[in-house]
Parts: sequence; C-alpha cells; structure tokens
Amino acid sequence: RDFNERCAQCSEVNWGLTDGGRFYCRSCHNVTERTREVVNTDFITNSRVQTISKGLRKQEKKDGGSEWYICEGFQLVLKKQVEALEALGVCPQMKDEILCNFWRCYLQKSKQAYCKRPAGEAVKALSVCESSTDVDSDPERPSLLHLLSLSESEGDLQTDCSFASSVSKVSESTSVYSGSVDGSLYLMKNQEEKLSMTMPMTLSFCYMALLWVREPITLSELLRYVVEGHIPYLNVFQHFPEKMKLCGLDLKIFCVESWPVYEEVFNKMHELAAFLDLPRFPDITESCFLHPDMLCMKYLMEANLPDELHNWTCRVVKKIGIGEVDFLTLTPGNKSTRKVKYDVLAAAVIVVVLKLLFLLDDHYEWFLSELAEERNKNNTEGGPYFEFKKWYEVVKRSLDVEQKKLDEERAKYLWRCEKPLFYSVKNKSKVLKRRQMVVNLQNQFGKLSGSVQRAEKPNPSSFQLSWSEENTDGSCFHGHSLKGILQEKCGLLTAMNPDYWLCTVKLCNEKLCGHLAHYREVEFPQSYHFVLGLFSFLLRIQPSYIHDEVCMIEHKLFNKKLYKKLKYNTVLRK
Amino acid sequence: SSNEHKLNFKKSKEACLSYIQDALLQKQWQRAAEFLTCYAESLEKDYSREHIGPSEMIWRIGTEILWHHSQSSMKEFNCFMEQMKTLGVKRYLKVCLEHVFHLLCNGQIDEAYQNLSLAESWRFGEQTAIQDKEMKLIQAYRGLLDYCSWSKQKNILLEHNEDGFSDLAVEQEMHGYFRKAAVNLKEIIKIPGVWDIFVKCYVDLLEFYGDHNEARQVLNEYAYNSKFPANPNAHVYLCQFLKRQGESKKSLISALKILHDIVPSHELMIDFNTMLQKSKKRKKRRLGLEVIFAALDYAGWKENAKAWSCLARQVKQIVISEKHLDWVKQEWNSRKDWWPAFHFSRYLAKRNWQENKSLSHEKALVAGILLGKGCKYFKYVSHQGSKAQLKRFRMLKKFVNRHNPVYLRISG
Repeated sequence: RDFNERCAQCSEVNWGLTDGGRFYCRSCHNVTERTREVVNTDFITNSRVQTISKGLRKQEKKDGGSEWYICEGFQLVLKKQVEALEALGVCPQMKDEILCNFWRCYLQKSKQAYCKRPAGEAVKALSVCESSTDVDSDPERPSLLHLLSLSESEGDLQTDCSFASSVSKVSESTSVYSGSVDGSLYLMKNQEEKLSMTMPMTLSFCYMALLWVREPITLSELLRYVVEGHIPYLNVFQHFPEKMKLCGLDLKIFCVESWPVYEEVFNKMHELAAFLDLPRFPDITESCFLHPDMLCMKYLMEANLPDELHNWTCRVVKKIGIGEVDFLTLTPGNKSTRKVKYDVLAAAVIVVVLKLLFLLDDHYEWFLSELAEERNKNNTEGGPYFEFKKWYEVVKRSLDVEQKKLDEERAKYLWRCEKPLFYSVKNKSKVLKRRQMVVNLQNQFGKLSGSVQRAEKPNPSSFQLSWSEENTDGSCFHGHSLKGILQEKCGLLTAMNPDYWLCTVKLCNEKLCGHLAHYREVEFPQSYHFVLGLFSFLLRIQPSYIHDEVCMIEHKLFNKKLYKKLKYNTVLRK
Repeated sequence: SSNEHKLNFKKSKEACLSYIQDALLQKQWQRAAEFLTCYAESLEKDYSREHIGPSEMIWRIGTEILWHHSQSSMKEFNCFMEQMKTLGVKRYLKVCLEHVFHLLCNGQIDEAYQNLSLAESWRFGEQTAIQDKEMKLIQAYRGLLDYCSWSKQKNILLEHNEDGFSDLAVEQEMHGYFRKAAVNLKEIIKIPGVWDIFVKCYVDLLEFYGDHNEARQVLNEYAYNSKFPANPNAHVYLCQFLKRQGESKKSLISALKILHDIVPSHELMIDFNTMLQKSKKRKKRRLGLEVIFAALDYAGWKENAKAWSCLARQVKQIVISEKHLDWVKQEWNSRKDWWPAFHFSRYLAKRNWQENKSLSHEKALVAGILLGKGCKYFKYVSHQGSKAQLKRFRMLKKFVNRHNPVYLRISG
C-alpha cells in the first residue's frame, strides 16, 4: 500500500500482492522483485515439511487398507473440490498456491502436522486407554457412548445395535471404531477445540481461497454448484483410494446428509481466517466482480429489471459507503467491522432501490404502473416505459415454473452413492444386501418411469434466469426506461414516490439474537415479499437474510432522519 | 416448497413421499414410479423410530404401482413381492397374504395355494408366535381354497351320479378336501371378527354332511356372540339357514326381528312382513306393519311393487275390519310430513303409471287411504285407470271413495 512506484511495464500505480509476498501490477500483471517485509504474509512456515505418513504408519493392514488420518481425508476432499473449481474456470493458482498454503497453515496451527509433535502421536496411547473396561473412568473426557448419543437424531449410529455392542468389546486395533487412525479422537477433540475440520468447512476453505483470488464466484453460487453436483461434497469419499478404508466414526465425519448452509459456511470461513492469522485480504475495488456495483448489475439482469436501475443502485452504494474498499475487504480478526455478504448485500441494495422508486406498499407500485402504462400510450421515444405490473407478471410466471422444478429436484435428490458405508465389519453384509435391494428397486421402477429419464447434470451456469432482448413478446425488461415513473424537478429526474417505509425502526443486536431484524411474511406487503422471494430463489437463501441486509442499508441511508425524528414511526419523507 | 432452502435427507424423502402420494391419488403410475425410484435409497437409512418405515412404504407403494401400471407384468409383480418378503421379517406373513390376494384377483388359484402352503410352513423364532393372527388367516384362506376344490369335486360327483356312474376316486378326493377345509375354517371363526365367507363355506360343508346341529351352533355364535362385531350378514345367514331347515316360525321370527332392528331396509323384510301378517297374534301383526313401513322409508324400495302390495294388503285389511286403525295412525304420524313428497308426488304418479301399472295401483291404494281421495297421486292414477278402463282401477276408486272417512280419522 505504501508502494508508489510506477510499474515498469505499464506505468500504472496499481499494486497487489502475490502470496509469495511480491508486488505485482494489477493492470498488466507484471511481478516485481520487491517484497513486503511483513511477517504476516509469510504464513507458510518452515520448509522442513514433515509429512504425516513417514514414521508413524504401518503400511498394510489385514484388509488391504493402510493407516490414514482424518486430515489426509480432508486434504483429498479439498483437492477434489479445487480441481472441480478449476474445471469451472477458476485460475490454476488457487489450487497449488492459495488453497494448498491455507491448508498447510491450518494443519500447522491446529497441530495436526508440520509441527514438532503432530497430534496423531497421542492416538495410540488413547486407544490403549480405551481397552480398559472402565471407559468412563475419566469424567472429563466424554466417553464414546456419550459421544454417540450427542449425534444427530437421524444418525444410523444410534439404531445400529451391532455397532453399539461392539463398543464394549474393545479390540486392539482401532478399526472397530473407525477406518482412520484418529477418527474417534477427532470427534472427541471436537468438544475441546473449536476448529476441527468438518465437511462444511471444506467449503469455507474453498470460499476463502476464492475470495483471496477475488474470483467471480459468490458464496451463494458456490453452494449452488455444490448442490447441483459440480463440486464434490456429498459423496466425495467415494474418490478416496482403495487403501483408505472408511468405516465407523469416519462416516460421521465424512458423510454429508444435508445441503450446506450459507450462514454456517460463511461464519466458519471468518473463524478460519482469524484462526490462521491471515492478513488483510486483497482489496475489493470497484472493478472487482464482488463489488456491489458489479453484482447489482448482474442481479438486475437476472431479475429482468431495467438497466437504468443501475444508476440508482450505484447512488445508494455511494451514499452509504458500502462501495468503499475498506468496507468491502476482509480483515480477519477485526471484530468491529461487519462481515460482508457480497451477494446478499447487492440483492438488498436492489430491494431498497425498488422501495425507493416504487414504495412497494401493495398500492403505490400498481398505481405507478398504471401511470406508466398511460404514458406508454403516448410514448414516441425508442424504448417503452417500465411497467411494474407487466414485469411482475412475467417474472412471477417464470419464477413459479423454476420454483416448481426446484421443488421436484429437492424431492428427487439422491443422497447415496455406489460406495457402501458400514460402521463395522459386522453389518457389512447387511449393508451390501440393502444396497443391492435399492439398486434392484431403482432398476425396476426406473424402467416404469417411462421416457422421463433423469436428465444429465445441467451445465453449471452463473445465471439461473435469463431474458433475451430478442424476444418479441416483450418479456425482457432490460432496455425499458424508468422515465415512466420519474419526474423532472429542477432539471433532474427524481422519483415520483415521495415516501418510504422502513422495514424496522430499531435494529436488533446481531450478536445477541443472531439477526438484525425478524422477518415475518404476514407483517409486510406482498410486493415486498415477492421481491424478497425472487432474490431468495436466486441466491438460495432464506428471505430473512436479505431482509436483514435491507434493514442495515436503510438504517445507514436514513441515519440522520432516524435519530432526529424518532416520533415519525414508519413513514419518512425523503 | 416456499422459501425453504435448507435440505436434508429426511426432508428430501418426506417431500418425495408427498409427490408419490399425489401421483397415486391421480393414478399417474409413471410419475409415481419415477419418484419411488428416488425414494428407494431410504432403505439404507434406519427409521426404526418412525411409525411406518421405508420398507413398508416401498412395499405398499410398489404394490400399487406394479398392480396398475400398464407396462408391468405379473412376473414383475411376483418378483417384487418375493423381494419384499425378504425385507422385513416382522411383516413376512402379511406380505405373503397380500400377495396371495393379488394372485387370486388375477385368477391364479394354484399359485395362490402354493404360496399359502409355503407361508404356512414358515417358522422364525419368536416371530412365529407374534404373527399368530396372520398365520391363522393364511390357514383360513388355504381352507377356503380347499373348500373351492371340494366344491368342484362335489359337482363332478353329482354329475357322475346323474349319469349313473359312481366314482370312488372323486368321492375320496372330495372327502379329503372337506377334512382339510373344515379344520382351518373352524379355527378362524372361533376368533371374533367378520368372517362372512368362511362362515358361509363352513356351514355349506356342514349341511352337506348332515351336521345341522353344528351348523346352527356356528351361525348362532356368529350372530349372537357379543364379542363378535355387529354384522347384519350374520343374521341373514342364520335366517336363511333356518328357512332352509324348515325351522319353527318362532325362531325364524326372532332372528328376523333382530335383522329388522339392525337393517330395516333388508330385502328379507318382505318375507318377514308376509309371515307376520299371517300370524294370529296381534303383536306380530302390529310388528308386521311396523316392518313394512320402515322398509319403505328407504329410497331403494320406492319402486318395489311387492313391498307396496304388502303394505296395501295390510292397510286394506285394517280398513275393512275397522280394527286397529290406531296402528296406521301411529305409523303415519312420523311419516305424514315427508312421505307425500317422497312417494306420492304428481311426478311420481305419472312415472309409476307409465312404467309399472301394478306398482301405481298398490301405491294409489295406500295413498288414497292415508291422504284421502283428493290427493294428487290417487286422483291421477285413478283417473288414468278409469280412462284406460281397467277394472281393478275402477274397483280401487270405489274402495277408496267408500272408505274416505277413514282418512280423516288417520290424519287427525
């Protein structure tokens, strides 16, 4: 940041940092020799990398498997995920430089590898301990059985009697509990350390890397790709090599039976960034995809709204300062700044702009629409004026169709894969039999499904809804003009709507109740609910999250008025 | 649907089930199969805490789909059922039984019998005792099929006898089936339940071999044992039996009375009324009137000429004797508000006249007595009858005219 020299190649002063710590010119990607002398960036530690496998592992076990550690499994998962991202077009540095280094840093900080005493060493001792009949002798360490009862209610663990009985009969090897060496230890440690690796956290790693490189993929998009199957997550363990046998408690760690949740991945990512002591991330500037101006453009297109609205979104962004580099760029560990959800933020800005222009109180927007319709009759200019009513009808129709498709996809979602999972060798045959039965049934009834075959995975697409200007049926609103709902005042075009209603007068304390506001559909106008619903569908998140951001933006926007005129409850004059 | 964007295995399969349910209700078998294909993997998860687990769901849904789907064959169906039998040992006999039902519906009697025999020989530890009821049912149905075989042999035998042949082999076989059938049928009807078909068959066997006492006992138990669920058919069977046996009127009447209490609209009520009318006892005749009025309360009897003739005869007899007019008054009291519109409208008069003159004759008599000669029904029918110059209608007119004052006493 203090580096002000002109670039040798293009004479620009626009520097960024490689993760090697060198300055590079953002305009022409010329890398210099100058490095930044800050210890922070050097989060790759000693070069004496000690791999886990040497020294501790016995190669062959009875069943052809070999010893493996949980973090090796996760490493494989991450590898698969980043390869998939590469296939989607993400820059190749992400794998070998960014994610790899993040991972190594994590291993080091969590003392699983790359440090003097890897945690794995303790495992052997622990298993010997457990072979005593008195498993509950140590009151502080939760026993395995206790751990099982804490698991989610639908876990097979509780109901698999054969497994429970085998717990008491401890054998010398730990393979009864898990295929991995430290599966049980891993789950127990879960109680003490806050940052053990979980499957959702792999996505946090990915997102963190994407953010570092400022790739044009938002978190909601990433998660959507996961759900659509473009990024390995659900049954990623089927790519583990043969010798990495997965059973017992490993299943609890690696098997996923729910879609990743935005909030969880998002929050974990920030925890992770702080845990790794990462420095300030590369700047998010106006030219970045993640900048609200850019994202608003994308979402406006996808929502089939007029391009002209972009001017308004930019104005709002500027007015409340959410386009500032310091606001947008992530500084891990800084608890005072609010963590930015780029996608939700952009969507919320659009919602606010719609409220500014159309009020969205279930009356005014329709009135304006009629007005625009009238004006359209005498409209001799090029493009038609934007009519809210027409837009609503077109978008609602498409949205309903897509939502219906999505609902069916949810019902038809397949969670299992060919690779069978069993808790212990005892129920292996039962599991295999069941799997065979399932395959038989799928074949038998699949044939009776008629010509409706399961379509191939659709190609990953950044846009879920698309509207073409070439359609002559007038179903694309991008080129429509807002003049129909604007008026001239002192030579400027302003909104005809003089009013605005706040979603909430007082914001909640996010740290206490987790939200800034509480959204209940019945308390708000239908049009508002519709607009929230539209972006909720596009981003695949609950409407309440967007509502939170809307509240936040409104409070920033009407900051002065709020604190001066608290007695004017909901309606304010702009 | 709505804005729920989280999803887990359980919710996903719940949604899947509701799509299946919709498809089944709308008979969209292909669509149901499509979703069942996705639901199948539920088997790999344990739902031991749910009321109905995935294996039972798949069994029931799969059966429906395979039974109705146009591209499904009996072979596929059987194959599926065999798979389902291995899925849940606690349900084994039930699945066997349902499979047998389907085979019977499809006319595959022999296969059904084989399956029943196989199921009967099944043993599985304590499950055998737990599934005792299903086992009894299986034995009962095998007994039923044995009865069918017996019946076939019996018919062959009768034919041969007619032709003058005596066939010992057939007779032996017949007796063999009888023994097998009787044993199982007897067992099942001991348990409280609705066993109409078993009872009928068993009684048939007993009657053929002359064991009328046992038959009467069985039927009495079935009809009168309070542990058994109330079942009008039980009484019907008993009545039919008593009639066949030429039993005393007394027992028949008491059986029919119970039937009248349970099912006033039963077809046996005509016979009942006829019997009662002939009785010398006043109470019985009174009951007869009650019975026939009650039967005609039901829409199914509106056009029954025989029923109306019973009522007409009794009412006529009362009017002529001028005794017990209060009986008619009592019965008419609760009916005078709605019977006129129900039975004696002008529209019905026209229709009855067109379709069934005897019916209209009987009804006109009743109408004339109960509503007087001025009522729509009587007027129309008697007028038409006079026009057509039918003797009995002239006589009807005379009769009603003569006895018109009676109407006043009844309706008052």
